[in-house]
Amino acid sequence: MLLWAVLSVFLGALLAPILHRVLGRPAGWLFAALPLDVLASAMPFVPRLLLEGEAYHTSLPWIPSLGVEFAVTLDGLSLVFLALICGIGALIFVYASKYLQSDGRLGRFYAYLLLFTGSMAGLVLADNVFFLFVCWELTSVSSFLLIAWDHERAEARKAALTALLVTGGGGLAMLAGFVLLVLVTGETQISRFSGDAVRASPLYLPILILVLAGAFTKSAQVPFFFWLPRAMEAPTPVSAYLHSATMVKAGVYLLARLHPTLGSTREWTLVVGGVGAATMVTGAVLAVTQKDLKRILAYSTVSVLGILTMLLGIGTRAAISAAVVYLVAHSLYKGALFMTAGTLDHETGTRDVTRLRGLARHMPITATAAVLAGISSAGAPPLLGFLSKELLYEAVLASPTMRTILLVAAVLSSALLVVVSVTVAYRPFFGGSPAAPKLPHEAPLSLWLGPSVLAASSLVFGVAPQWLGDLPGAAATAILGRPAPLEMKVWHGITPVLGLSVATLLAGVGLFRVLSGRQERLFDAATRLGAWGPTRVYDAAFAGLLRLAEWQTKRLQTGHLRHYLLVTVLTTVVLVGTPLLRSLPFSFSLLDIELPELALAGVILAAAAMATRSPSRLAVVATLGAIGISIMLIYVIFSALDLALTQIMVEALTVVIFVLVLHHLPRFVSRSPARVWVPDAIVSVIFGATVTFLILMSSTLYPEPILSEFFVAKGYAEAHGRNIVNVILVDFRAMDTLGEATVLCAAGIGVHALLQARTRKGA
Amino acid sequence: MPSVILRVVAPVLMLLLIIVSIYALLRGHHEPGGGFVGGLLIASAFSLHVLAYDVPSTRRLLRIAPHELMGIGLSIILLSGAIGLVAGGSFLEGLWVTVPVPGLGEVAVGTPVLFDVGVYAAVVGMVLMIILMAAEMNS
Repeated sequence: MLLWAVLSVFLGALLAPILHRVLGRPAGWLFAALPLDVLASAMPFVPRLLLEGEAYHTSLPWIPSLGVEFAVTLDGLSLVFLALICGIGALIFVYASKYLQSDGRLGRFYAYLLLFTGSMAGLVLADNVFFLFVCWELTSVSSFLLIAWDHERAEARKAALTALLVTGGGGLAMLAGFVLLVLVTGETQISRFSGDAVRASPLYLPILILVLAGAFTKSAQVPFFFWLPRAMEAPTPVSAYLHSATMVKAGVYLLARLHPTLGSTREWTLVVGGVGAATMVTGAVLAVTQKDLKRILAYSTVSVLGILTMLLGIGTRAAISAAVVYLVAHSLYKGALFMTAGTLDHETGTRDVTRLRGLARHMPITATAAVLAGISSAGAPPLLGFLSKELLYEAVLASPTMRTILLVAAVLSSALLVVVSVTVAYRPFFGGSPAAPKLPHEAPLSLWLGPSVLAASSLVFGVAPQWLGDLPGAAATAILGRPAPLEMKVWHGITPVLGLSVATLLAGVGLFRVLSGRQERLFDAATRLGAWGPTRVYDAAFAGLLRLAEWQTKRLQTGHLRHYLLVTVLTTVVLVGTPLLRSLPFSFSLLDIELPELALAGVILAAAAMATRSPSRLAVVATLGAIGISIMLIYVIFSALDLALTQIMVEALTVVIFVLVLHHLPRFVSRSPARVWVPDAIVSVIFGATVTFLILMSSTLYPEPILSEFFVAKGYAEAHGRNIVNVILVDFRAMDTLGEATVLCAAGIGVHALLQARTRKGA
Repeated sequence: MPSVILRVVAPVLMLLLIIVSIYALLRGHHEPGGGFVGGLLIASAFSLHVLAYDVPSTRRLLRIAPHELMGIGLSIILLSGAIGLVAGGSFLEGLWVTVPVPGLGEVAVGTPVLFDVGVYAAVVGMVLMIILMAAEMNS
């Protein structure tokens, strides 16, 4: 049932444009129900999961021969992610129905968003590595489509391409890692991987590097983080959903999912912990230098993704528990903050924080939601963000390695995140008389519902963390691979951690006062410095790739048909001829050739010779026709009637096409100069010899007609056909025929395009 | 420019070619024939029409644009595969039922026949698209 609910989301994606056209505005609310349905269909398995710790497994076959199946596991980790994806997803659909109301392509937007929801749900449920990979890439593709939503703007297209290339490249590395994992363990099911076997394997390090490449690119870790701020070109609902609450956490999810398999080694702790810490600090520092609300939030998301990665890198029970709670807290408050930022943009026409002031009076509900989310984001009591930051400090204080560095980094980043929270949640709404390019009204219900629900959840779970139940504990258990129940308390007593929290808040507020007047100078400095960041490497590599493509296209695509033929023929000769040469000499006999065949061969040779000496093009066509007809007769002699029929039809249609294009061909040259025809003749002879040897080879390789007998025996019994050629085409090898038909149509479209280009040029 | 004789004979020949083409398509599973040859045959029928008359009248006679035929053909192929996937268990798996047809007795109908129809449509579409475009260059 769970699997079908996920598939129904994809079906919804297919139907979304039509449904939106028929239903109009309420369609958004309908689509919001689809992710909720996925969550509801997971509910029956939740009590057993939480009470008895028993994960739910199910699967459908997909490509059994390759060990690929739709295998699904619902454990604590999947459930936490699924709840975030589906819950926030539903709110986003409602939000988008208003936010993009005036966009005529809203139906398609829903389709992309549903495609994302379905693939993200599949990703966190998948137990089969290849199923996971497919979902992973689907999220990248839907993210690409959504970032490039305003595809008429060059920046949006560039941002989409950056995101796709970075995450897609990482995804391919991850696939290679998965293949190695499958080779080492002999399993394709993640739940059946043996961590000890993997860690002991000499392939451990390659696997780790490849998998981490996937996780780090997706979750925007140093040095790949630059795609995420660029992705803010997407409409705000997309930024709130994909690029803060869910998709960017897929990398973190992967680390968590594979922690039992790959984790708990020195390499893991050093690389994952180190990169996470570096990302945490980099993101936080860059966030305070920005002016655009969405870019501030994007960099602070990078910072939090770094925190989550670092915690998974530390890998102790305390760190894993902290990661789970931080993950939930961040998704709730960051989703809300993004939506309020979008509302501000929607209502005032700007996202520049330096131009917004004192708007709380005009939009009280939005302001309340933003402030609540901001308090959570700053890590102040009594919201969920406070609890998650306490757990973070606890985990870092108890870290077995690099304790001092990590602690300093964590406190610094948290203080900077306080600055960010004040900037995005307090500054636009308070502090003086209202200022904005366009004074706003309170947003309508669909726009404040999402942020309010998320902010209220932050508050409720912050005051009463026990309402989260055993869920965080179950998730930590799944990540750790052994029971890790988690009890959260709002009041711990006076501890070093509480002291750190207070210090962080004070430092953050102080920093805000220091920095708030210097926004412009900070922004300029960061922009100048940013030009030397990883973006520069990416842009240079991208430009280099384009230059390489241009160079090799100029070399290979000369526009002369004879060059293409030459390349094709020579490639065939090298690829086919090399193995043929190795198998020389082989024996064959020409004794069983009969007179009619010899006569036909003579005709073919004579016609071929004539074709090379013909005075006119029409004569060449006629002689080539003679060759074709003779070949058809050979087919008839060997009673290959299907081939004969096809051959004669192709000959006839070729003549028709030829007659039609005759006038448009260049002037006929009956004899080229020697420097042209001698090389051509050499190539032709070599090609002819290769093909001849190939045919002789194939007739000696299989002296017994095993294949024909198989098809004769099975043809009628299993495929209801007595014409073996046809049975092979439409049944036994139907997949090949499908491919050929597609190639045929693609070639037809190519011809169409060429002719059309010619017609236009002529006109 | 086309000869009067060709104009008079073309409809008759076309009719014959079309009948033979459908015949070749339907009997293809047991005797020589099939979707590919059938498609080429009917394409040659319409090519004859182009040579005897002109492109606009052939397009009118055809009613449906060749590139649409290509799309329809590929969709039919996919559909025949999907039927196998849903009802049989794997993509493109052949499924057969026998249907009583008056005058012919029990006739076996299966997804491979549908598959062949798809090939037929795709081939016609592709060949006619090229031929009609090439003919248009002359006018």
